[in-house]
Amino acid sequence: MLALQILIDGFAISSLYALGATGFTLIFGVSGVLNLSHGAIMVVAAVIAWWVAEAFNTGPYLGAMAGVLASLACAFVTYRVIVRPIQDSRAIPREEKEIFVLTSTLLWGIMLQEAIAYLFTSNPKTVRPLIEGVVPILGVRTPLNEVLTAALSWAAIGLLYLLVNRTRTGKSLLAASMNPRGLTLLGFELSRIYVLVWAIYGVLAGIAGVLLGAFLGVSSDNAGLLTASAFSIVVLGGLGSVSGSLIAAYVVGYLETMTAYLVSPSIRTVPVLLLLVAVVYVRPQGLLGRR
Amino acid sequence: MLGVFGLALAVPAAQAADPIKIGVIAETAAISGVGIPNAAKMAAEEINAKGGINGRMIEIVDYDDHNSAVDAVRAFQRAAQQDKVVAVIASYISEVVLALEPWAGRLKMPMITPGAASNDITKRVHDDYARMKYVFHGYLASTQIADIVCKSAKELLAHDLHMKTSVVMSEDAAWTIPLDEEYLKCLPAAGLKVLDHVRLSPDTTDFTPIFNKIEGEKPDVMITGISHVGVQPTVQWQQEQVPIPMFGVSSQATNSTFWKDTNGATEGVIFNMVSAPDVAVTPKTIPFATKYHQKYGNLPGYAAYTSYDDVYMWADAIRRAGSTDPDKIVAAMEKTDYVGTIGRITFLPKEDTFAHGMRIGPGYITGLMVQWQNGQPVTVWPEKVATGKMKFPSFIKLPQ
Repeated sequence: MLALQILIDGFAISSLYALGATGFTLIFGVSGVLNLSHGAIMVVAAVIAWWVAEAFNTGPYLGAMAGVLASLACAFVTYRVIVRPIQDSRAIPREEKEIFVLTSTLLWGIMLQEAIAYLFTSNPKTVRPLIEGVVPILGVRTPLNEVLTAALSWAAIGLLYLLVNRTRTGKSLLAASMNPRGLTLLGFELSRIYVLVWAIYGVLAGIAGVLLGAFLGVSSDNAGLLTASAFSIVVLGGLGSVSGSLIAAYVVGYLETMTAYLVSPSIRTVPVLLLLVAVVYVRPQGLLGRR
Repeated sequence: MLGVFGLALAVPAAQAADPIKIGVIAETAAISGVGIPNAAKMAAEEINAKGGINGRMIEIVDYDDHNSAVDAVRAFQRAAQQDKVVAVIASYISEVVLALEPWAGRLKMPMITPGAASNDITKRVHDDYARMKYVFHGYLASTQIADIVCKSAKELLAHDLHMKTSVVMSEDAAWTIPLDEEYLKCLPAAGLKVLDHVRLSPDTTDFTPIFNKIEGEKPDVMITGISHVGVQPTVQWQQEQVPIPMFGVSSQATNSTFWKDTNGATEGVIFNMVSAPDVAVTPKTIPFATKYHQKYGNLPGYAAYTSYDDVYMWADAIRRAGSTDPDKIVAAMEKTDYVGTIGRITFLPKEDTFAHGMRIGPGYITGLMVQWQNGQPVTVWPEKVATGKMKFPSFIKLPQ
C-alpha cells in the first residue's frame, strides 16, 4: 500500500519536475544560457493564474491561460532586456559573458520575486485546480488534480518532442544546439531561433508554474528553491540534455518521495543533494551529458 | 535681550509639540505581518484625533524586518538610537522577538510583541527582571494557547462529537515546543488520547506523506500547531480529502484572505483566536474590525487586534507616567488595566512564571475557537459568544 502510494505520488511530482526542468535545459542546450530567474518566472505564472482567477472571477481555465501568458511575457523580457544586451555587448569580454548572464538573471529573478512579494504578499497562493475530487487508483485515494498534473506535464513534453523532431523549425532548433555556426552558414538566423526557444521556454515554465500552484501551492519565497531544484535536475541529467533531464527528474522525484515517506518529510531534499555531490565527483557530465 | 528670551521660551514649547514616536517592527510582505503596522497607525490616528498624549501627537515609525532576526535587531537599534522612539511593538515571530529581547534590556527600550507566543519571552523577564523588565508579552504564551485549545477540545470534540483520539501535528519552531509539551499533557486530560506527535519542517511543501502517516493511525482529530505554514497543508488536506478534521492553532487561518488564498479549501478548519470580527469580545472588537476592513480592504489578522491595543496601552502608560523615561513607562505599563479589542488586559507580576504576560481566564482574556464556514470565520466556542455551530465538509468522517 505504502509502495503504491509512493509510486503514484512520486510519479506526479516527478512529471512536474520534468516539465519544469525541460525548458531550463532547452535554453542551455540551444543558447548556452543558464537562466537563474527560472524559479521566479514559475512563481509569476502561478501567482498571476491565482490572481486573475480570483480578482476577475474568470474561472480556473482563463486564470491558467493568463498565468502561462505572464510567464511567456517574462521569458521575452528576460531574453530581450537581460540576456540579449549582454550577448550583443562589445564592452563585456566574450569569456565573461556567461558569468554576466548568470548574475543578471539571478538579480532579475530576485527582482521578480520581490515584486510578487510586494504586490501580492509572500503568503503562499494556490491556483484553483482545473478539476476537483479524488479517484481511487488501486486503492490509493488520489486527487484528480494530481492525475491531471502528471498528464498535462507529459502532454506538454510530448508536444515539445513532436515539435523538435517532426517540424522544420524544431529541427533547426536541434541543429542550433549542436552546431550554431553551421546553422548560420546555412542561412538561418540564430537570433530568430533564440526567440523561438525562449518562447517555448516561457510556455513550458508557465505550465509548470501553474500546475505547481494548483498541486502544492506557491509563494514568492519558493523562487530560489525552484531554480535550485531545476538546476540540480539538469546537472544530474547532464547540462543541455533533455532526455537526461527527464530521467533525472524521476530520480529526484522518487528519491524525495521515498525519503519523505520512509524516513522523514523534514529531510526530503537531503539525499538528492548528497547524490548531486556524488555525481559531480564521479560523473561531472551528468547521466547523459555530452561533455 | 528680547531675542534671547524668545529663544529660551521657544525651545520647551517645541519639545512639547514634538511627536512621541512608537516603533513598529514587522514583516510587511506577509498578511499577518502587515496588520501590525496597519493597526498601529489606525490607533495612533484615533488617539491623535482626540488630542494625542497630553497634546503631543503619536507618530508610528515602521520597519520591515523581512522576518529576519538580524534585520529586526538592526531596526530595533536604529529605532532606539537614531529615530529616538520611546517604545516598540515588535513582530509575531518568536525567534525574532527572542533575538530582540536582550536589546530591549541593553538599550532600555520598552517593547511589546503583539503576536509571538514562546514561553521563553516571559520566562526571561521572570528570571532576570532587572534587565528584562522592558519586555511585555502582548499575546498568549504557547502554554496558555494549548490550554485554551484543550479546554475547547474537551467541550467541542470529546463531549459534543464523542471523539476519543488525536494526533498532534505541529511545525518545528520555538513557539511550538512549549505548545506541544502542554498539548501532550492537557489533551489526554480533556479525554483525547494522543496517538502520535508529528513535528513537521516549516519548509515542507508536500504534506501528503504526513497526512498519509496520520491517517494510518486513525485518530478522530488532528490537533494543529501551525503558523509558518498554513495555506499549503490546508489546500492539500482538502484536495486529498483527508477525512480527519483539523483543530487547534493555525495562525494563517486567522487572516481574512485565507479563504481566497486557499480557494476555500479551509472550509471546516477550526482555529484559535483571541478576537474575531463577528464576536463582541469587548465593545471595541467589532468597531475595530469593521473600521480596519473599510480602511485596508481585508479583516484584521490576529496580530492586528493586539497591535491596535498595544498602541493604546503604550499611550495610556506614557500618559500616566507623565514622562517618556523608559523606567517610568515600564512602571506605568505594569499597572495597566485596559479593556482592548481582545479583552481586559492586565500584566502578570514579576513573581509569576509568565512575568509581564497577560492574565488569562474569565473576566480577562479567554480566547475563542473559530471555524471557516462558507467564506466566513464563525465563532464556535465558547458557547456564550458562539455565533454558529461546527460544520464539516462532506469528506470528513466523524466518529459515530
